Amino acid sequence: MLQKMYDWVDERLNITPMWRDLADHEVPEHVNPAHHFSAFVYCFGGLTFFITVIQILSGMFLTMYYVPDINNAYESVKYLQNEVAFGVIVRGMHHWGASLVIVMMFLHTLRVFFTGSYKKPREMNWVVGMLIFFVMLGLGFTGYLLPWDNTAYFATKVGLEIAQTVPLIGPYAKALLTGGDIVGAQTLARFFAIHVFFLPAALLGLLGAHFIMIRRQGISGPL
Amino acid sequence: MSEKREISRRTFLNYALMGTGGFLAAGMITPMVRFAIDPMLKATGGGDKVAVGSVDDFGSEPKRVEFKLHTKDGWYESESTLVAWVRKLDDGSILALSPICKHLGCTVDWNISPDHPEQYFCQCHMGRYNIDGQNVIGTPPLKSLDMYETEIKDGKLYLGKIIPNPRPGVEM
Repeated sequence: MLQKMYDWVDERLNITPMWRDLADHEVPEHVNPAHHFSAFVYCFGGLTFFITVIQILSGMFLTMYYVPDINNAYESVKYLQNEVAFGVIVRGMHHWGASLVIVMMFLHTLRVFFTGSYKKPREMNWVVGMLIFFVMLGLGFTGYLLPWDNTAYFATKVGLEIAQTVPLIGPYAKALLTGGDIVGAQTLARFFAIHVFFLPAALLGLLGAHFIMIRRQGISGPL
Repeated sequence: MSEKREISRRTFLNYALMGTGGFLAAGMITPMVRFAIDPMLKATGGGDKVAVGSVDDFGSEPKRVEFKLHTKDGWYESESTLVAWVRKLDDGSILALSPICKHLGCTVDWNISPDHPEQYFCQCHMGRYNIDGQNVIGTPPLKSLDMYETEIKDGKLYLGKIIPNPRPGVEM
């Protein structure tokens, strides 16, 4: 039945080459943990992506209950965490995953650095990787404010004070992020927009570039 | 049937990969889906009954009463004001009608149309109902006005949740 459905679509759209191209790629011996166990260090990039997928999914589901408004944000988080089935798990996935994605990304960066994989011809992929790193930090920073509790509020205050100390553009950056005179209603709305629309869009674009480049250039050779 | 039926390495790996992948995906997706469909599975509030006055206050003529209902909408709790048209039926029981028109949800009023006295009238599309909330056939609404569950305790009338009115439409 499934095979028939697949064949029907494949006959019309010729989709087999598409997924074959995705699935069939060389995994050299030196990156295969089955051959050398130490090759598990090559898994960190994939793990980063796996957790990113969890972040995107759990984040989508969280917005079914979350409201980015100073009167309701905290109450809606409290509600979804305590009264909705599996709320504590879905929020937990997003909360812990946020830290874990930074950890995995850092380990991935270390692996790339110490295996020298950033060298020619992969310099551009290193740069894109760094941009992904900054986007991830931005996601962490903006997401931290959203529960609108004391930790969130004061962490954001501190973060914005730091942004203000940047030479020349500091005050403008702070005003842009705050959206008003105080960390308040406008800041929360802005951080929500940045967190769920702008940065994820940038992230998906950069990830696409990252993956296309690694596919074009292949995995770097053994040490 | 002595022939051994072996599965190929490729098939085995396919199954193993699909099984592991499916397990991982299910572990991820199940909590999220259960989280999203929670409103569907949550028991709807049974609803307390609210006292609206003494039974003796009501006669055979519909009388408008307002009462406040405490509603909990997720994290937002509020008092909403509900309206009921209450009258005593011939057998002494109480009929409390909801004024929400069964056509498109406007609010009906008793005895306000000079052309149709002693009827509930909806100004939006000229929907009409008789004194027991039965829809007048030929006007837009196709069902009779909903009613509140009623309870009489210590001479006081309590109104509960809204239930469908079993009375059929009438020609008028």
